[in-house]
Amino acid sequence: MKYAAPTTIDEARTLLAGDAGAIVFAGATDVVPQMRAGRPEPSMVIDLKKIDRLMSVSLDGDTWQVGAAAPSSALTSNAAFAADFPGLTEAAGLIGSDQIQNRSSLGGNLCNASPAADSVPALVVNDAVAVIAAADGERRVPVADVVTGPGQTSLAHDEIVVCFELARPAGGTSDAYLRLIPRTEMDIAVVGAGVRLTLDDSGNVSAAAVALGAVAPTVVRVPAAEAALVGSSLDDTALAAAAAAASDACNPIDDKRGTINYRRQVAGVLTRRAAGIAADRIRTRNGQNGAS
Amino acid sequence: MSRTHVNCEVNGDAVDFLTEDGESLLNALRDELGLIGAKEGCGTGDCGACSVIMNGRLQCACLIFAPEADGAAITTCEGLASADELHPLQQCFLEGAALQCGICTPGFLIAAKALLDENPDPTETEVRYALAGNLCRCTGYDKIVRSVLEAAVQIRTPA
Amino acid sequence: MSTTEAPPSTGTNGNGASGYRWVGTRPVRHDGLDKVAGKARYAADLNLPGMLYGHILRSPHPHARIVSIDTSAAEGMPGVKAVVTGADFPEAPPKGATRNLMCTVIARDTVLYSGHAVAAVAASTRREAKAAAEAIEVTYELLPHVLNISDAMADDAPVLHDNLFTRGVEPRPTEPSNIAARTVYERGDVEQGFAEADIVIEREFSTQAVHQGYIEPHACVVDCDQEGKAVIWASSQGHFMVRSSTATVLGWDTSRIKVIPAEIGGGFGGKTTIYIEPVAALLSTKSGRPVKIVMSREDVFRATGPAPGAIIKMKVGARDDGTITTAKAWLAYENGAFQGIAAMLGCMCVVSAYTLDHLYVEGFDVVLNRPVNVAYRAPSAPAAAFAMDSMVDEIAERVGIDPIDLRIQNCPSQGDPTPYGPKWPMIGLRECLEAIRDSDHYQSELPEGQGRGVASGFWFNIGEASSATVNLNENGTATVITGSPDIGGSRASMALMAAEELGLDVHLIQPVVGDTEVVGFTDVTEGSRATFATGMAVVEACRDLKEQLRKRAAKTWDCDVEEVEWVDGSAVHGPGEQEPLTLAAITGNAKRTGGPLGATASLNARGAGPAFSVQVADVSVDQETGRVTVERYTTAQDAGTAIHPSYVEGQMQGGVVQGIGWALNEEYIYSDDGNLENPGFLDYRIPVASDLPMIETCIVEVPNPSHPYGVRGVGEVGIVPPLPVMANAVADATGVRISDLPLSPPRVLEALTAAES
Repeated sequence: MKYAAPTTIDEARTLLAGDAGAIVFAGATDVVPQMRAGRPEPSMVIDLKKIDRLMSVSLDGDTWQVGAAAPSSALTSNAAFAADFPGLTEAAGLIGSDQIQNRSSLGGNLCNASPAADSVPALVVNDAVAVIAAADGERRVPVADVVTGPGQTSLAHDEIVVCFELARPAGGTSDAYLRLIPRTEMDIAVVGAGVRLTLDDSGNVSAAAVALGAVAPTVVRVPAAEAALVGSSLDDTALAAAAAAASDACNPIDDKRGTINYRRQVAGVLTRRAAGIAADRIRTRNGQNGAS
Repeated sequence: MSRTHVNCEVNGDAVDFLTEDGESLLNALRDELGLIGAKEGCGTGDCGACSVIMNGRLQCACLIFAPEADGAAITTCEGLASADELHPLQQCFLEGAALQCGICTPGFLIAAKALLDENPDPTETEVRYALAGNLCRCTGYDKIVRSVLEAAVQIRTPA
Repeated sequence: MSTTEAPPSTGTNGNGASGYRWVGTRPVRHDGLDKVAGKARYAADLNLPGMLYGHILRSPHPHARIVSIDTSAAEGMPGVKAVVTGADFPEAPPKGATRNLMCTVIARDTVLYSGHAVAAVAASTRREAKAAAEAIEVTYELLPHVLNISDAMADDAPVLHDNLFTRGVEPRPTEPSNIAARTVYERGDVEQGFAEADIVIEREFSTQAVHQGYIEPHACVVDCDQEGKAVIWASSQGHFMVRSSTATVLGWDTSRIKVIPAEIGGGFGGKTTIYIEPVAALLSTKSGRPVKIVMSREDVFRATGPAPGAIIKMKVGARDDGTITTAKAWLAYENGAFQGIAAMLGCMCVVSAYTLDHLYVEGFDVVLNRPVNVAYRAPSAPAAAFAMDSMVDEIAERVGIDPIDLRIQNCPSQGDPTPYGPKWPMIGLRECLEAIRDSDHYQSELPEGQGRGVASGFWFNIGEASSATVNLNENGTATVITGSPDIGGSRASMALMAAEELGLDVHLIQPVVGDTEVVGFTDVTEGSRATFATGMAVVEACRDLKEQLRKRAAKTWDCDVEEVEWVDGSAVHGPGEQEPLTLAAITGNAKRTGGPLGATASLNARGAGPAFSVQVADVSVDQETGRVTVERYTTAQDAGTAIHPSYVEGQMQGGVVQGIGWALNEEYIYSDDGNLENPGFLDYRIPVASDLPMIETCIVEVPNPSHPYGVRGVGEVGIVPPLPVMANAVADATGVRISDLPLSPPRVLEALTAAES
């Protein structure tokens, strides 16, 4: 097996195109355990961390560009990013230990295509777009459309996720991500729930996005939960309806991490709680703005 | 199989070694450089016994391909003490009985150093979460957490 | 050595104010610096010139006949120097412990669990060894498998061993089965007891198999020479065991083998047996090169160490005044692929913390297609305590008596009969109960929304054979060599006892773990025995030395030895006509008074002191997700005497946290096809630092009269109470009693949901 560390996207794509057994990696936090377990057995591992654009986190006008190989810790330590996307930052900060977060990346978390990836529901509710380097230039794909099934993506072999574009949230908007794990750290999500809300001046929900992880083969967006929230004041009835819709949207499996019933039940609970956290964040920020 | 020549800095020394590309930095440190402090407890990034600081960031050496270390600066447990003095963390671990079998100790020391470098005055909860990536099966963590908190005090207020 | 008089009762909670100068103090351990500096050498840390790497091929099937093994492709692969299969090992006897050991190290005609070793390769690199091992072609004929107790005990169950007939059943069965043995203990008349009881409760409990979870995978380096001698560097809980077991498996004379103990990276009972050393030895013999084998974490989970799961059915009777009178228990324990004594131990432990007029305890040891049980800290006791102490809690609730008071009311004392026969010697259960009752924790008000649980636990502790050699060096320092691998600070304890005896500063004593050729035979570090039994040997050797030192002083002074006393590290002339001679003065002059001073003691330690622990926890339960959070935890344990209190506390805390893991989230998860689904620390969830509060400790010291310093041994009993403590605390927090472990979020939520509807 060969190791390559290209410094440009073109170089990386050329290496990938030239070797059907090559794979790209950033933190290798999934790839190395998988290789130890016997799959994959790549002929080449292409390290993306030497490519500047894949490692940078920057605000370009009203759009954040998050390099696909930037470590989670680059997000959790970026106060401006965390202020715009506290839920997504939380999700990145939940992936494994500090050791893992210094290597794990949003691009890797997405392309590993685990149904339980923590950052993906949080990216989806924020309408993140994946910028993909392809043979004929770059294409932009909603994050929700990248993963097609467990371990499967819509990327061609020689395509690479370069970065994620995230529009800065409008006023009165915030997000939250919660997951259920048996321990306090180090586990894979049994259920994950990302919620983004926009509140109008009277405190009612004017826009909502809800996405669930680990409850179906891919991340599930839950329009019925969103509809239940929109127009509401996040009263108990609306929250209960959103929770019920989230539970209904699950198509989970029984496995070593949880049961079907458990996942359904907890998906609703986490949706309700995440909505509450997102709303509190908006109110707190509005309160601060009002005070200043 | 041809081997790759890697140049890096380990504990302040310029070193080089030859490695197969698929080898882990952990095995390179242990087998090529004889630095046995970092241990393999799992090989999958779940136990933290192989923790090192590479380019200022705490990482599991078992997840790093050895060639990635080319040009990098690495700190291992062996680099904590000076010629005549232990690092306060090492001293506090000894005095606080924070080790039993000792296999996880190098990883804990490195992870704790990374924490205190960033946050010299952590709460107990912050220490516990910062060390969550390091498994210890002997101590129940109690004396480890106390020793890290004590070391933080000593580092903040040198005698 | 006098062992009849009780040593002074210290009762110091390990603060060293006991009248001893060294025992009970907390010096920095002698092996500590190497460990914090990253220099300590564990087995995997050794590399020898020309060394090869061994890789073991393991069965992917839980039960299959090996039809053929073709190693020809592997032998031709790059770097390969040797290949072995079961056929290269001596034939195993048809049954018994020797067969079980031999067939665990490498399968012969049948694989009995997924992960069972089948063949091995030695090659120049790890990668080459792994590739070649995977190129070995094994043809299996699949056999039906059984993975749990109920299936394995069923009449139509596939049978693992066609020559296994249940022991303890009359008449002797004529058909083989998976029930290896039946054990019964009884006293009184349980039917009468239940008839006379005011309260009778009947429940069924289950616990899951767990792993010791030591962070260091099994590792060894073996170097065999052309004369047939082997040197083994291994991480184990007993290098004499490694020597004898390796010799047994290979059919070698033990004198061919020298075992050098590496530092051991955790054992907890799991390293009281061997898996890889004979394989490495044979690969080394075949290749003429040193061979290193290091297990992967996955192999550690698939092929080593389960502590068994169990099913326990209990019926307990009590009077309205809280007196527990009667217990009937049915226990079945997994044994893994070969028979063991798990259920027998469970039977002995299940009601040991209580006095009962009537009891009937029946246990079944059951083989199934999982790896062979290995000891894990107080083996079998945690599941038994989970059952009994859950029921005791329910009784306390029913009769309206505080659960600690109820336990005090029913606790045995010296002279009461144990459930398994002999009378209790001096024990400290009552003192532990009182310590928890009086603790700040138990006296504190339970925070709103939380639940509080208590439980007690028992473990035997053992003695066994130990040896120690103490050499006095010419400069007045001492070297203490023992044969007990140090898995948690025992070297420091040995040095402290030697310091106390000799009157020497503990830092002038170097404690060493000697290899099989430099120290006398010593049994495995197990049963909480190292500080007790090996400590006894150290004390005996030191007392021998004190006699010698007095004689040297007498010779120097030309007086009767009876006129010389040994006081605080010096020979003192009773009549006061001579200036005292320090130990250093005597050893410095030793060549002129008869030569170097050294003493050896080898003994079979008798009178191990039974251990008890009582613990209390406060938990909160997320009613909507079933997650349990441990908010506060306090443990009291009778150490007899705490030689090094910091490491006594460490053993107590470590045991508690392992028990919390067992109670909350740890379990082996097998797929229907018999493969372990969570063979790694990602999904085998041992507690992490952020899962826990501080573990408050209360060392109780009711000295063991059989040990010169009153030591009982502290390594094991701490893991026993946490299972019922957690269950009782969750019941208190939620009103719902759960009798199946682990108390994982899905299980707790399911129980809460079921209770609601």
